[in-house]
Amino acid sequence: MEGTPNISGKKKMSDNIKSSIFLSPALILLLIFFLTPMLLTIVFSFTNLALTGSQAQNLKFVGFENFIQMFNDAELYNSIGKTLIFVLFSAIIGQCFLGFLIAFLMKGKNATFRRAIGIAVIAAWVTPEIVVGFSWVAFLGDNGTMNSIITALSGIEPIAFLFEYPMVSVVVANIWRGTAFSMMAFQAALDDIPLEVEEAAVMDGASRWRIVRNITIPIVKGTITTNLMLVTLQTLGVFTLIYAMTGGGPGNATMTLPVYMYKQAFVSYQLGYGTAISLVILIIGALFSLLYMRFLKVKI
Amino acid sequence: MRIGRTEKIIHHVILVCLGVIFILPLLWMLVASIDSSAIQALKIPEKFTFNNYLGILSDPSIIRSFLIGIFLSGGQSIIVVLVSILAAYPLSRYKPSYKKSFLYTILFLTSLPMTAVIVPVFQMFLIFNFVDKLWAVMLFTAGTSLPYAIWMMKNFMDSVPLELEESAWVDGASVWVGIRKIVAPLMLPGTFTVLIFTYTGSWGNFFVPYILIQSPEKMPASVTIFQFFGNYGLVNYGELAAFSVLYSAPVVILYYLSQRYMSKGFSLGGATKG
Repeated sequence: MEGTPNISGKKKMSDNIKSSIFLSPALILLLIFFLTPMLLTIVFSFTNLALTGSQAQNLKFVGFENFIQMFNDAELYNSIGKTLIFVLFSAIIGQCFLGFLIAFLMKGKNATFRRAIGIAVIAAWVTPEIVVGFSWVAFLGDNGTMNSIITALSGIEPIAFLFEYPMVSVVVANIWRGTAFSMMAFQAALDDIPLEVEEAAVMDGASRWRIVRNITIPIVKGTITTNLMLVTLQTLGVFTLIYAMTGGGPGNATMTLPVYMYKQAFVSYQLGYGTAISLVILIIGALFSLLYMRFLKVKI
Repeated sequence: MRIGRTEKIIHHVILVCLGVIFILPLLWMLVASIDSSAIQALKIPEKFTFNNYLGILSDPSIIRSFLIGIFLSGGQSIIVVLVSILAAYPLSRYKPSYKKSFLYTILFLTSLPMTAVIVPVFQMFLIFNFVDKLWAVMLFTAGTSLPYAIWMMKNFMDSVPLELEESAWVDGASVWVGIRKIVAPLMLPGTFTVLIFTYTGSWGNFFVPYILIQSPEKMPASVTIFQFFGNYGLVNYGELAAFSVLYSAPVVILYYLSQRYMSKGFSLGGATKG
């Protein structure tokens, strides 16, 4: 009896030691290439780090100067606004809604038909981001497919989408690219709803809309929340698609935070200020990540 | 659910329209790649040709960029699979006191937008003289994809019953032999899933090599696609499309394969019964 806690204590010890050995390669990699950069993000955002010029020679701590500069940086406010618009319309409204719609309409349809539509949607998702960017540059180009369809149907002059409607263009391209993820999540959730539940409601004479509102949506509510969190996090970091399509322009019309960070750090060579912007992105991401974990309620 | 005929037709029409919208931009890529006079818009090829593909495949610098891509993504995936199997083992089998906090940290890290750390990473690469070193890029990308891989691998490993291993230990096998001879083979589907997932993510990664690699002759395929645009103004759409198809093909095939592994399921419980 007396020995029991001792034994379990010893077991705990050996478990810890054995585990540490197995975990050490992962820990080393994570420490050097994940945690160090995150710590450096915090450190460098308080410096005047620059790639060229005199500042490149002597790195100095400048306190909150970068953050004070941020407060007075109209371009940064513009970027935050563009990021909000991009995330709101392409992820939260676009991908989530369209993904749900497709999954909902597909329910109970012929398997081959479902497969065909599914492949079309998923193909866009599997395609590498840079290829998606270029495909959309071509698709929306002055002589592209979209304009040739519009001209054939209505006869109006070609529209320079990427110059006249740059934000709409990148939002649509990102919806196109990301919808499959939400669609698959909602398909899995909707398939779990027993047909009887909805059938019973139909028998009771409930309208279609009421069934969706009072039965379907409450059941998939959990999926909606986690899916919203995940697509928000994925969209927050989107760089390649926007960079390939508009480069953040014209002007700064599509300059989301990642693109602005890139411009500051690697075009203007202001690494310190660029890092301060990365810190902002990381903090927003971390907050959503924590929220997501709360909603997910994982059992570990 | 019984739904009206008209409603059913409307559903089908909406879905078909959406399907067409989803396929159009990609269809252009496929068709233009075999069109001898490809333009920006989708059109029926006047003359079928493989010249676009031949042009790509006969360009040594493009072949090299594909090989570098395979090297970077392949190396990263192998590192990630090996390290995450090792890391998943104690998290699944032992009860270290820090298990919970470790797993929560891992889960937290999986959803951070890693685009954000590229600036300090670049600085770190400058300090250690890692810029332009392919192995360093490989290790960095391995580090960033590790949290999700460990998370997946741990869940897969939880589904391998402990009894099988225990009976091997009784027969005198060491922990290490148990992992190699019992856990690893039974986890093959899970391992492939992690491998394919990591490879696909890495193959499509444009931003990291674009920043961390500077010599043109060390760029992987994800970055060389950029050379079709910008520099010269005129775009050879046929070759751009052919390049895009060749570059996208591996991930499409891998995705298809991963679906097959996934659907096979993990019905390993049966081994302990009977």
